[in-house]
Amino acid sequence: MTTSEVIGSSGRIRWMLSDVVTVTWRNLLGFLRIPEALFFSTLHPVMFVLLFRYVFGGAIHVEGTAYVDYLMPGIFVQTVCFGAVATSIGLAEDLQKGLIERFRALPMARIAVLGGRTSADLVRNVFVVAIMTGVGYLVGFRIGTNAALFLVGALLLLVFAYSLSWGFSVVGLSAPNSETAQVMSFPLLFPLTFASSAFVPVSSMPGWLQAFAAHQPVSLVVDAARSLMLGGAYHSTSAELQALAWCVGLLAVLVPLGVWRYRRTA
Amino acid sequence: MSEAPAIEANELVKVFDKGKVRALSGVSISVERGSVLGLLGPNGAGKTTVVRILSTVLAPDSGWASILGHDVVKEASKVRQLIGLAGQYATVDENLTGRENLVMVGRLTHLNRATVRSRADELLESFELTDAASRPLKTYSGGMRRRLDLAAALVGRPPVMFLDEPTTGLDPQSRQDLWSIIEGLVKVGTTVLLTTQYLEEADRLADRVVVVDHGRVIAEGTPGELKADLGTTVVEVTFGDSSIADDASTLLQGLSTRPILHEGAALELTVEDGPRVAIEVLRTLDAAGIAVGGLALREPSLDDVFLTLTGHKSDDSATTAAAAAKGAVVG
Ligand SMILES: Nc1ncnc2c1ncn2[C@@H]1O[C@H](COP(=O)(O)OP(=O)(O)OP(=O)(O)O)[C@@H](O)[C@H]1O
Ligand SMILES: [Mg+2]
Repeated sequence: MTTSEVIGSSGRIRWMLSDVVTVTWRNLLGFLRIPEALFFSTLHPVMFVLLFRYVFGGAIHVEGTAYVDYLMPGIFVQTVCFGAVATSIGLAEDLQKGLIERFRALPMARIAVLGGRTSADLVRNVFVVAIMTGVGYLVGFRIGTNAALFLVGALLLLVFAYSLSWGFSVVGLSAPNSETAQVMSFPLLFPLTFASSAFVPVSSMPGWLQAFAAHQPVSLVVDAARSLMLGGAYHSTSAELQALAWCVGLLAVLVPLGVWRYRRTA
Repeated sequence: MSEAPAIEANELVKVFDKGKVRALSGVSISVERGSVLGLLGPNGAGKTTVVRILSTVLAPDSGWASILGHDVVKEASKVRQLIGLAGQYATVDENLTGRENLVMVGRLTHLNRATVRSRADELLESFELTDAASRPLKTYSGGMRRRLDLAAALVGRPPVMFLDEPTTGLDPQSRQDLWSIIEGLVKVGTTVLLTTQYLEEADRLADRVVVVDHGRVIAEGTPGELKADLGTTVVEVTFGDSSIADDASTLLQGLSTRPILHEGAALELTVEDGPRVAIEVLRTLDAAGIAVGGLALREPSLDDVFLTLTGHKSDDSATTAAAAAKGAVVG
């Protein structure tokens, strides 16, 4: 019972990591226990790939490459951003079911509830991106650079989505229930993902929208992912650096914001 | 180090909704180590709010509380190592199996893997959940969930346990079983604070009882002391109408140990010796030529405690009690 008095700060960090791992494990088991949800939430982005590749793709012309190559980095980013909604839904559900109440009375690290939730959602995003890469290959997508740069691009967009997860944890902790958490999340995500360079070049949009679309973080992350995955005409060191800056900046702001919101949640 | 009480609360105040709901207006309690305190009160009295503050889930607006000498706000993380909480509504993970739920709580209590595994097996065994251990909680009945929730609170073998209405929703057999488990905890020296709406439960388990109503302590003592205050039996007599009941009330005044409660066409007398007084009641009324519609004897209920202590019935139960009384006199 008095172990806390003996352990130093290294012990504290070990406990914190162990708590994050435990909560992540619990959330991942949750995914596996509802295979239907896992299946359909993976099918959803795959349908998007097929839809844009075969239905809209023929009407969209981009410079310097086949549309499917242009499309895949964009659709990766769109998918992982929507994956962040799972964070808000999951937390709202834990709150609703009283699980957070139990966690609060346990001697676990305060940050572990959010850390475990966002980490589990990150793992799921990794899985979904892997599946989509496979589907992309089947419909003609080819990496323009090399495998290592492709993986760096994937890592970048996964980190971006991870930072968004922390932001959406605030939505989840503020929503009265999980259904509301979901509908509260979409209005934030739609403008960010669709008014972006994910599906069509920003230059095809009206002038007033371009100003927003060209500079918002989702576009920059998409441009950076294209730079790393396609290279050539899409290579842009500036987009890569700006996207990286957004990731670091968002993490620096959204992680403390999530923790603050969690502490305030009664 | 002097021996601090296991649980101490001093003038706890908590308001919700920006002051609109005053859940607690100055609750003080003290629970000796190794004893059981029953926190008794009607719906909305503030029982859960007390438990949530003592278990560090909620901070009080004013007042302080400590567990084994550690402040629940300033030393919250220390307190969390000393307590187990089984909340009013089972807080278990629906997607995990029974064993996984226990393992999760054990890991978050920072027990090593081997200990977690053996404690989980032990608890599943003693709560008769071994057969269901590998099934997701979704497939559990309400009573099984409740038992697993309690088991989860015990994984860390905390010296202080909070049980918020542990037997609500359990069938009589499960309730008996749970009572035995709680008695077992007390035998090994655990301090228990349990909330309940049942006098019978407090009577069986608690060394001391604190009665709360509208966020205040309105009585405390041993169950025996409280019951001695109450008389032992309630005699209910019903008549054709309220005016007859009026007349009868005057006649029967001397038989009740406290003022007769008059509700509609029914009277309630609090007495020491139920059967003797019942005969006396019938004799007196017969001699006066007053017809009796029905007569019933019952043990004093929590409602009677409130009646005695506050002069009003608990808000929610007044209607149900009246309905029950009506049912009892038919025929
Ligand atoms: N989070 C909250 N927000 C607003 N009001 C609350 C909140 N929690 C409790 N209350 C109010 O505080 C009062 C005390 O509630 P509490 O849950 O402590 O009662 P209780 O004695 O546990 O009742 P019950 O027997 O129904 O469980 C009630 O009026 C309740 O409506
Ligand atoms: Mg309650």
